[in-house]
Amino acid sequence: MSDEVDKDRRRFLTVTASAVGGAGVVAAAVPFVAYLEPSARTKAIGGPVEVDISKLQPGEKMIAKWRGKPVWILRRTEEMVEAIKGMDDRVVDPNSDSSEQPAYAKNETRSRKPEYLVVEGLCTHLGCSPNLIPAGAPDAPEADWKGGFLCPCHGSKFDLAARVYAGMPAPTNLPVPPHQYLSDTRLLIGADEENPA
Amino acid sequence: MKAASKPWYAATLEWVDARFPLTKMWDEHLAKYYAPKNFNFWYYFGSLALLVLVIQLVTGIWLTMNYKPDAERAFESVEYIMRDVEWGWLIRYMHSTGASAFFVVVYLHMFRGMMYGSYKSPRELIWLIGMLIYLTLMGEAFFGYLLPWGQMSFWGAKVIVSLFGAVPVIGDWLSTLVRGDFGISDVTLNRFFALHVVAMPLVLCALVVVHILALHEVGSNNPDGVEIKKKKGPDGVPLDGIPFHPYYTVKDIVGVAGFLIVYFGIIFFAPEVGGYFIEHNNFIPADPFKTPAHIAPVWYFTPYYSVLRATTSEFMWVVAIGTVLLLLLYWREFRGAWRLVVPIAALALVGGYFTIDAKFWGVVLMGLSVLIFFALPWLDRSPVKSIRYRGPLTRMALAVFVVSFLVLGYLGTKTPTVALTRAAQVFTVLYFAYFLLMPIYTRIDTTKPVPERVTH
Repeated sequence: MSDEVDKDRRRFLTVTASAVGGAGVVAAAVPFVAYLEPSARTKAIGGPVEVDISKLQPGEKMIAKWRGKPVWILRRTEEMVEAIKGMDDRVVDPNSDSSEQPAYAKNETRSRKPEYLVVEGLCTHLGCSPNLIPAGAPDAPEADWKGGFLCPCHGSKFDLAARVYAGMPAPTNLPVPPHQYLSDTRLLIGADEENPA
Repeated sequence: MKAASKPWYAATLEWVDARFPLTKMWDEHLAKYYAPKNFNFWYYFGSLALLVLVIQLVTGIWLTMNYKPDAERAFESVEYIMRDVEWGWLIRYMHSTGASAFFVVVYLHMFRGMMYGSYKSPRELIWLIGMLIYLTLMGEAFFGYLLPWGQMSFWGAKVIVSLFGAVPVIGDWLSTLVRGDFGISDVTLNRFFALHVVAMPLVLCALVVVHILALHEVGSNNPDGVEIKKKKGPDGVPLDGIPFHPYYTVKDIVGVAGFLIVYFGIIFFAPEVGGYFIEHNNFIPADPFKTPAHIAPVWYFTPYYSVLRATTSEFMWVVAIGTVLLLLLYWREFRGAWRLVVPIAALALVGGYFTIDAKFWGVVLMGLSVLIFFALPWLDRSPVKSIRYRGPLTRMALAVFVVSFLVLGYLGTKTPTVALTRAAQVFTVLYFAYFLLMPIYTRIDTTKPVPERVTH
């Protein structure tokens, strides 16, 4: 054997060892990252919830809990549905083009049935929970308030279809979660025909 | 049997030194580490930061003995520590006040560096490592704030984690990955506990060691910004240097005494500091269905939170004008193909300002307002280090920065109104101007002659 160092051989071994070792590190990272994702139990808890809406009166809002988020179900009166129509020029995204909702809720009332609004009750700005303020309430945020939602944190205003007013910190309308009516009084939140549980 | 003539302790030390560099380390870092003799008040805060770190580690370990990282029991276990555990209230208040004290001390320590140019060559790495310590500390504080599971813990974490959602494309996946759930929950609390008590403290301690090793390699700066190693005596010791131990260990004990008086004064008489150190809402258990009327981070994050809130879609016009102005100011600095690439990139950026949500840019500007400190060593073009020998422009700029930082911090604790948001926007511009115009004003500013030796 010669005493000379075979530099090509040494370089080849260094590069191969580094590449194999590097691939090993990347492969080892997979379980560590995946471990951080929601577990099977967390996903199960985050499954769809069924809500009985038979006792909800016109003009009333109830809150269901889905994936730790408040989901509002607002039973709108005819006046409330009517009030939405005049708001197109006040809201930033009247057709909900850049907002999050299933296709069946991408309409003027942002709902499957005009009477019921189903939205995630968390401001799209920084996740605070806005309050329902009906038309003519003493704490209305502006004169001639048509009714809607007001975020207590940074003042974002939403109309009765949960569309955000122009010039507010919140960039988009409140998201509509997937949902379907199992009957006239039973609502399933978190799943629909296209996204079954 | 040569050891027989030596006293037992000298013999023991000799035995250890043959196996571990104990005396060598003692000399290198204390007894023969020569620090400039002109350290003033501002030089207390490095050793105080170390003291607070030790306080936080010890009180933290004690708190974990009774704390339960469980959404059902966390709030109650903190109240249990406060009410039923012997001296639990003291340990807990030492830890909560220690968190704020840590930031007070670190902010003053950083300000000292900015004042005396301690980030300049050859100490750039010390500054960068220090900034990593600061970032780690922010993470440590953020994770820790969720643990009491009060309303502010919950909603503060919710707001901050939702910032990850502003990242285009992977935002939702990323924030779910951070939480481990679709909302802030027991899962999130459990992992933040792991990060707060294991991961972050390990990183923090390692970085502190690296910070001190780097400092002791180049030697400390001083209020005159004079390199004391340039003037050495015949024994090779800097003429203006004195051994850290005993001179500065004794001096620092005075600082420690002063610090402890204030620190325990707060713990004993006003541990909440009017809602600034522990926010009032955090005495209410976390409730995912009830947003507090006003959500604000703890005071040490509020300057950056102000920058986030100041970034409205309207403000993007100001950012766009700022970007174009910077391009015009610095265009000549670029050479070759960069003269073409940089303007195109800048224009693409300006296009992005108006096509991507202002929310995203708010997160970017907030991140930038923290990370921009990393660039200080390269933004500062002054030939002198210390503020003592710098001209009026640099002094004024530093004053503007301090005022902006404080005002932004104050505004971040308030509910925003139109006027306050406007103020936050003005001071956000001033804040960034301090950094981004630094290459210009530090170059054209006058300087005074720097003395050969330190002045006191």
